[in-house]
Order: sequence, then structure tokens, then C-alpha cells
Amino acid sequence: MSQGVLAIAEQIEGVFRKVTYEALSEGRRIADRLNCDLTAIILGANLDNISKELGQYGADRIIVAQSPTLSEYLTDAYTTVIADYINKENPAVVILGASTQGKDLSARLSARLNAPLAMDCVAIRFEENNIIATRSMYGGKILADITLDGNPQILAIRPNAMTIANTAGAGSIEKLDTDTGNTVLQFIEKSLDTGKVELTEADTVISGGRGMAGADFTVIEELAQLLDGAVGASRSAVDEGWRPASDQVGQTGKVVSPNLYIACGISGAIQHLAGMSSSKVVVAINKDPEAPIFSKADFGIEGDLFEIVPLIAEQVKKLKG
Amino acid sequence: MEIAVLLKQVPATESLIEITDDGKSIKTDDIKWVINPYDEFAVEEALQIKEAHGGSVTIISVGPEKTTEAIRTALAMGADKGILINDPAAEGCDGLSTARILAAVLKEAPFDLIIAGQRAVDDDNFQVGPAVAEFLGIPNISMVIKQEIIDAKIRCHGTIDGGTVILEAPLPALFTTQRGLNEPRYASLPGIMKAKKKPIDIKTLADIGIEADRIRKSLTRIVAMQIPPERKDGRMITGDSAQAKAVELVRILHEEAKVI
Repeated sequence: MSQGVLAIAEQIEGVFRKVTYEALSEGRRIADRLNCDLTAIILGANLDNISKELGQYGADRIIVAQSPTLSEYLTDAYTTVIADYINKENPAVVILGASTQGKDLSARLSARLNAPLAMDCVAIRFEENNIIATRSMYGGKILADITLDGNPQILAIRPNAMTIANTAGAGSIEKLDTDTGNTVLQFIEKSLDTGKVELTEADTVISGGRGMAGADFTVIEELAQLLDGAVGASRSAVDEGWRPASDQVGQTGKVVSPNLYIACGISGAIQHLAGMSSSKVVVAINKDPEAPIFSKADFGIEGDLFEIVPLIAEQVKKLKG
Repeated sequence: MEIAVLLKQVPATESLIEITDDGKSIKTDDIKWVINPYDEFAVEEALQIKEAHGGSVTIISVGPEKTTEAIRTALAMGADKGILINDPAAEGCDGLSTARILAAVLKEAPFDLIIAGQRAVDDDNFQVGPAVAEFLGIPNISMVIKQEIIDAKIRCHGTIDGGTVILEAPLPALFTTQRGLNEPRYASLPGIMKAKKKPIDIKTLADIGIEADRIRKSLTRIVAMQIPPERKDGRMITGDSAQAKAVELVRILHEEAKVI
């Protein structure tokens, strides 16, 4: 008999990713519906201070796999530890964030376990006792409902798509003896963009397009900083070399779903719209009153972004006192 | 260096996508089909590795007959041969089944290096690359923007959320592509002429020893598709000056939309 819901937590440098809280909260809702426990599993090297935090998002049990060999995410080691745990505990559902790491891990786990995977889900619901996962396809031009047949059902959820719910409970902590088996991937080094809000996790995203007319994104960066947001770019801005490829929002870049998306000087090509259409509120600023982006925005301002964006920043400053 | 590229033919990203009457698939009549953009990076990188280290580049795909057009384009860019698994049982199969088919092909013809797109821009599954590596028992590195092969090892710079990581794997290995890896070349006219004579081997599931039933029974199934709801008619912020418009926008975002 399969039982329980397992949420895989993700931390980097001792800080949980926001999507981990979303996965736990959604995992809690699924566990309540199935009337079973929610277990969280966390892998890493220095987890003593952070593990218990997972109890505040609904975990009944927190499994801590701690080992120096797990200090960095390595696909082979992480897959083995988690797959072995799943084989032992046989959960009905495995839920995790569809971060870059989560996508890699869930894909490999699905193959190791011969288990169905719904990647990058934006919603999860039940029909009778079956899970229906909604996920976007064609870069967000289509929403598809999918069913999962087999065990465990792996759900990788899109960052920012599901709500976080705090719980009063404190989960019990259990240490897991880890055996990473024979691993071949070797970590060399990593570099993190310190102080930069991750595009897919940001509550506010401000993007610039061809209308930026150059690599100087200062006006956008300043507004983003005021709003604790991230800076994005259209494909043309990336193709021009004004912004790095990692900033690109669209069907061949990142798909974002922030609370607020502000498109500055972006005409609104279908491939860009696909990457931001699940944003909750969309603002467009463009000189061209005929720009297609206006038909996809909640609020539009026709005008020069270099004039308007700093004025918006000024108002936000006033608002924040 | 024997290099395999996993390639999918997908609707061009500028395509307007419409849903069929049964609500479970998309209309394909008016669609322009192209090589998945992330697979184009894979083809280009494979060619650059071949140019530096020698060897050959094989394009492997699962899809209907018309997929040969995409394979032919990759051959015109400079790849050496193609293998297409064309079987009605594989139509619409999920990522895991696709990975199983590709792995079966790769088991028959061993490769030193496999390059795949991080995702196909139709299914957006991000699943096939790592799953193929798992079925083959080889390491994979995701979302690579730079790679270097030294002796029998590959060192890759991969993007992670909020940064980059450098990982090393012994060959054979698989990596998936990220935007920024390279600028795919265009097929030259002589390249297009040469590609006409390059071999594309078309096989069925039975030819590679896979039971069609196993593939037909995908573990995940699309039961309904819909177009995301349209945003209600947008509102243009009007005002006498840029200043007035900015004030009004911030007021709305704060008081009405409550997003700042």
C-alpha cells in the first residue's frame, strides 16, 4: 500500500527556496485530502539550524539526510538518496518545486522509479480520488489537465503558482542514514548572483525590451530595487546583447508568474506573452499605442518609458515613506 | 568522439496554437514546424565539438514522417546521419516513454556524448534529457551554457536559479542546453545539397526491441486542454502629463490591485 505525501525541500547555502514552502503547503493540502501524513525530506551538509523550519509549513515528519557528500546538489547522489527513501516508504505522492534543480531531480527520479511526473504544475486538484495536475504547455499558450497513473505520483510545481500556508505544528525530526552509492558527478565550483532576486521567484518583475534602445537598464533596475523585484528582458533585448540570456522572459526563456509584471518598451510578441501571461497583474508602458502588449495588460500607459518609469519610482518612494 | 543529439520537431514559437474539437490536442494544419530551439543549440554544440575533437554527429528523433525535415535541416548544418523512430504507437506519448525509446536507440549504438535540449518548447517537460541519462546509467548535467572536454571528461557550466555551477562528469555523459551556449549556424547552400545524400534511418518500435503496448500506455495522459483565460479589457491610464499618469498608476496598483 502506498501512503503519505513526501515533499522534497530545496535549500541553497542554508536558505530554503520560496518554492519549498509552496511545495510543502500544497503537499499539506493534498495530505489532508488523502487523510495522511506529510513528510518533508531535506538533503545537505549543514542542516541542523534550518530543518525544523519545515514544520511551520505543515510537515508532520522531517527527514534530514545530512552528509558532507550532499553539501552541493549533484543529480546522481541526490537521486539515489531520495529514490532509496521513496522505495522504502512508498509515498503515494511526491511533491517538489520545479526550480532548475527540481526539474533535473524530478525527471531523473521519474525514470529511476518508473513513476509518472507532472512537470511545472500551476494547479493541482482532485476529481473523486484522482489527482488532476494543470500544467502549461507551448510556453503558456495552453493549459493542460493531466492524469497520473502509477506510484508515486510526482508533482513538480511552478514557483509562485501556489500559496504558502503557515501551520502551528512542529514536525518531528528524524535523521536518515545516507548512502549515495557510486557517484561520478563532481562539483567544481559555483557562483551566485548575490543580492539579485531570482526571476522565477520574484513577486514583482520589471522587464525591458527593444524600447530600452541600449544596454542601460538603470531606470528599470532602480524601480525593481524599490519593489524588491527582479529585472527581466524580452528576447530582442537579449539578442541585442543588452541583457544576459538568464534574464529572458518568454517561450524560449523563463516563464514567470509574479504578482506584478511591468513590461517597459516591449511590443508583446506572442513568444514573450507566453512567458508572462500567468502574471497576476500586468502593466505595459510603451510609446506605440498600437503595441499588442496593451491588449494583454491590465493597465497601460502610452508614453516614453525613460520619462515614466522614474516618475513611478518617485511615487513608490513616497508611498514607502 | 561519437556524439548523439536528441532532437524534436515543434511548432515555431510564433505559432498561434489552437485546440482540436476533442479538447486533448492542438490543431496542426497551419503550423510551421521547426527544430526545437534548444535542440538547435545542441546541434551547433555537437558540430563545434566534432570540429575540435573529430568524430561524428548523429541526430536521433521520435516523431512522424515529417520529422525528417527537421533532421534534414540538422544534417544541412553539418550533422552526419539521422535516426528517426516513426511509429503510430509513439504518437502523443509522454516524456518518460519518449526517453525510453531514445535510450533504446542509444543502447544499440553507443555514444561518448549525448546532447539534448533542456526542454522542447511544445510540451515544456524538461524530462527527456535526464530520463534518457538515467535509463542509460550515465551522468547528466542540466542547462549548460559552456562546456569543455578534456581527456575522457566533460566540464560544464550550468545555470542554476540565481547563479551558475561548474560540474564535471566522466564520458559517456549527457548534457542539456541553455540559451547562451552558442549561436546556431545557418545551413549553407552546399550544406543543404550534401544533406540530401546523408542517410536517415527510419525505424519502428519493433525494430529497436520495444513493445508498442508499453509505449501506448503512457503514465501521464492529457485529459483536457484549454487556452488560458483572456485578461479582461485592459485600462489605459490617462492624464494630462506623464507625472499625472505615474501618480494614477501607483495609486491603482497600491489601492485597487494591492500589488505594491
